[in-house]
Amino acid sequence: MALSCVLEPALSGFNFENSTRNIVLENGSEEGKIKAPKPMKTGTTIAGVVYKDGVVLGADTRATSDEVVADKMCAKIHYIAPNIYCCGAGTAADTEKTTEILSSNLTIFSMNSGRNPRVVMAVNILQDMLFRYRGMIGAHLILGGVDCTGSHLYTVGPYGSMDKVPYLAMGSGNLPAMGILEDRFKANMDLEEAKSLVSDAIHAGIMSDLGSGNNIDLCVITKEGVDYIRPHKESPFNYKRQAKYKYKPGTTPVLTKTVTQVELELLDETVQMMETAGSS
Amino acid sequence: MEKQHSYSQVKGVSTGTTILAVKFNGGVIIGSDSRASMGESYVSSKTINKLIQVHDRIFCCIAGSLADAQAVTKMAKFQLSFHSIQMESPPLVKAAASIMRELCYSNKEELQAGFITAGWDRKKGPQIYVVSLGGMLLSQPFTIGGSGSTYIYGYVDAKFKPDMSLEEAKQFSINALALAMGRDNVSGGVVHLVVITEPGVKHIVVPGDKLPKFHDE
Repeated sequence: MALSCVLEPALSGFNFENSTRNIVLENGSEEGKIKAPKPMKTGTTIAGVVYKDGVVLGADTRATSDEVVADKMCAKIHYIAPNIYCCGAGTAADTEKTTEILSSNLTIFSMNSGRNPRVVMAVNILQDMLFRYRGMIGAHLILGGVDCTGSHLYTVGPYGSMDKVPYLAMGSGNLPAMGILEDRFKANMDLEEAKSLVSDAIHAGIMSDLGSGNNIDLCVITKEGVDYIRPHKESPFNYKRQAKYKYKPGTTPVLTKTVTQVELELLDETVQMMETAGSS
Repeated sequence: MEKQHSYSQVKGVSTGTTILAVKFNGGVIIGSDSRASMGESYVSSKTINKLIQVHDRIFCCIAGSLADAQAVTKMAKFQLSFHSIQMESPPLVKAAASIMRELCYSNKEELQAGFITAGWDRKKGPQIYVVSLGGMLLSQPFTIGGSGSTYIYGYVDAKFKPDMSLEEAKQFSINALALAMGRDNVSGGVVHLVVITEPGVKHIVVPGDKLPKFHDE
């Protein structure tokens, strides 16, 4: 079993291999030109706020595939560590996988070192990884958590930029959500105020952005623990099916029936002896 | 310092910015605005920190792509602290600037970030170095950079005096940054100043409403 540190030791200097490879692929000769596949994005509204005792993260739950809602109860608040959670906007697969990789690396780190990970460590690992891929990983993340140094909220962009903020919204619905946050954010709010602020911000995103919708999830992280409220607010427009879509056998009348015999020819037969003697 | 022709070419968050550094009697002041933009019209952060400490008495201010600049300064911070452990003494400002220059020059195709490195060391006292986009390294008594710097070249050339006092240098920097922020749309927010001297480092923040006004109606 591999015991060495899973976080691979970085080679010195920058490594832009992937970048040059992408350029070669895209600018190949006429026959050799490969178009990069179009990734599926989650139009999203995510938000986070630092309050008196910790951090509140919020997200909508709609995942879209062009104009169709692919998932009405998608979970956009991902687990990173017992004290760190991350909201992801951008390409659905990228946010999922990036946060999973980060979470497994941090778990192994805390087992190795016997310490709980700090939020700033998660941010640094994410920043290094996303920078290495030069924006090809479309993950816009809001990381929040409480560790021994306090409550923190960070944002990491797909190109590897990061910023430490007291409140933020991301995703396609971020502009209306930021409006609500800018208007009502105060330092050191209490829990109910913070929850209602985040919930209203996500709600604004849902109302004003086509890519966001359905329910609102909240995640409250404090020194004592995590309260993952899923859903915090359900959409009042949940569609109830008007009729059953199951049909009894015999609903469709059979008009004609034709049976065609398929002739099979035995070509080859082999027999293999199997040892089935049990132990005495 | 070279300026990019269009900041919309920077992918992701860009710090269209105004940064400056000025030497005074006994130290160096390094300063910047605090706005980060995405595309041509969205301010993604009003309070971004562009003054990054790479060692006890050495700071860098960043311009260009935020991701590239943060990655380069992280790398420089690591290499510099390793270097100072090996030498068993605080690093020279020139060493810090050389590390940044090496990174910018070797990766010039991929990176879009420029820096002003300023600090104090025992050998040469206060120093300022410019590391531009392509990896040029220059030492100057004062320097300005970023997109907002074009609006204040006249002001700094006229008003700079060698061997200013701390108060004069502070006023010079605040005025220069306020003038640039007043004319450049991608610079704004608050003014961050760091005063680096032998005894230590002081961080001064001047909020937008306390900045000097120049015929602003």
